[in-house]
Amino acid sequence: MREIAYGDIVTAVKNMVIHTATNLPEDALKKLEEAHEKEKSPVARKVLEQLLENAEIAREEKRPLCQDTGLAVYFVKVGQDVRVTGGLLKDAINEGTEKGYIEGYLRASTCDCFTRENLKEKIGYNLPAVIHMDLVEGDRIEIEYAAKGGGSENVSRARVLAPAQGRQGVIDFVKEVISEAGPNPCPPIIVGVGIGGTFEKAAISSKYALFREAGKPNPDPDVAEFEKELLYELNKLGIGAMGMGGTETVLAVHVEKNPCHIASLPVSVNVQCHSSRHSHITL
Amino acid sequence: MSQVHYLTTPLSEEDIENLKAGDIVYLSGIIFTARDAAHKRLVDLIENKEELPFQLDGAVIYFVGPTPPKPGEPIGSAGPTTSYRMDSYSPTLIKHGLKGMIGKGKRNQDVKDACKRYKAVYFGATGGAGALLGKLIKEAKVIAYEELGPEAIRMLRVENFPVTVINDAYGNDLYEEGRKQYEVKD
Repeated sequence: MREIAYGDIVTAVKNMVIHTATNLPEDALKKLEEAHEKEKSPVARKVLEQLLENAEIAREEKRPLCQDTGLAVYFVKVGQDVRVTGGLLKDAINEGTEKGYIEGYLRASTCDCFTRENLKEKIGYNLPAVIHMDLVEGDRIEIEYAAKGGGSENVSRARVLAPAQGRQGVIDFVKEVISEAGPNPCPPIIVGVGIGGTFEKAAISSKYALFREAGKPNPDPDVAEFEKELLYELNKLGIGAMGMGGTETVLAVHVEKNPCHIASLPVSVNVQCHSSRHSHITL
Repeated sequence: MSQVHYLTTPLSEEDIENLKAGDIVYLSGIIFTARDAAHKRLVDLIENKEELPFQLDGAVIYFVGPTPPKPGEPIGSAGPTTSYRMDSYSPTLIKHGLKGMIGKGKRNQDVKDACKRYKAVYFGATGGAGALLGKLIKEAKVIAYEELGPEAIRMLRVENFPVTVINDAYGNDLYEEGRKQYEVKD
C-alpha cells in the first residue's frame, strides 16, 4: 500500500490555497475575456475591463483577487490503495488551509451562526474547511479546491419539485433563482445545477458542478443540450456585469443529473461569482 | 447618457444634485469604512444623542471588510461587500448628513426614499475587484471599534476610486433601468 506523509499534504494544500487566492484560473479568465468581447452595454463592458485588470494586478502583485477569500471547500478522492501516515487526512487538509490563509494574508471568515463571533481563536483561522470525501480506485489522493465567497452562496437555492413539473419546471426554477439574485452574487456568474438524487445529493451535485472547467459541457449530450438551453434563457434576463444591465450575465451553466425517487424531482442551484477560484492537486 | 465626474469628499448637496444613476464617479479624499456591527453602533449613538467617531455631514461610507495588509502596505484587498445588510441603518445616517454609500447589490425602498428626501446617493463599486480597489486606497487608519477587527471603522484616503451611481437623489435605480434595457422578452 502506498503511503503519503501527513506533512506533505499540509504543505501541498497550503501552497494551493495561497496560489488560488491571487491567480484566477485560465478557464475563468478566458470566459471573462469572451464576455468582454460580446457585451453590448458600455457600462457592463467597463466593469468587465476592471475585472480583467484586477486579475492581472492580483497575479502580478500577489494580492487577493477579492477581499472575500471565501470558505475553503474541498472534494477529495482517496484511492483505496493509499494510506496517510502521521495523522488524519481531514486534519492535514484543515491544517494546510489554516496555514495558507494566515501566510497568504487572507481573511478569516468563519464565525458562529448565532453570536457571529469569529472562530479564528476557538477553532482555527478560517476553519473548519468544508470537506467532501469519496473513496475511489488507485493509490492517489486527488484534492479539488474552491475558495467560495459568501455573496454568491447567499443567493443559492434548493427545491424539490413535483415530477410533473419536469424539464420546464427546472428551467423555471433556475430562472427564478438567478432573476431574484440580480446584482447580488457579483455577475457575470457560473451557475451549477444539481438535478435528481435526494435533497442533499442535488445540493452537493450543484456544488460539484462548479468544480468543472468553466464552459466544459456535460459528457451526456442530452444534459449538455440542457446546459446550452439554460445559458440562453438566463442571458435573456439582461442583468449584466455587477447587475448594471447587459447581455453577458452567465458565463457558463454546468448541470449534474442523477437518478431520483419516483415521487420527487429535487433541484439545487449553486451560484459562483465571476471570481471562480478553483484548483486541484494529485498526490 | 452616462457622465463622468471627478469628486472630492466631503460631498455637497450640489455634488449630489449633479449625479444621475449610471454616471461614473472617480472619488478622492477621505471616506469611512463600516459594516453591520459598526452601523449598529453609529445608529445607537445617534439615538442616544452622543458624539460620533467622525463627522457625518457630507461623508461617504464604504461597506468593506478588507483582507489583512501585507507588511508595509496600508490595506489588503478591499472590494465592496453586499449592501442590503446595512439597509435598516442607512436611512438614519442619511437623515443625519451622510451623502454617499459605496457597496454592491440591491438596496430596499427605505434607503432609496431616504436618498431622495435628504439628497444622498448609493454608489456601486465592482465586487470582486478587491486587488484593484485596494491599490487605490493610499492610507488607512482605524478610528473606532478596533475590537471589531475587519469590521472596525477605518478612515481611508482614496485617489480616483471608481464607482457608479446606482441610486440617485431623484429615485432612479440603475439595477432596474439597466436590466430593462437589455432584457429579452419572450
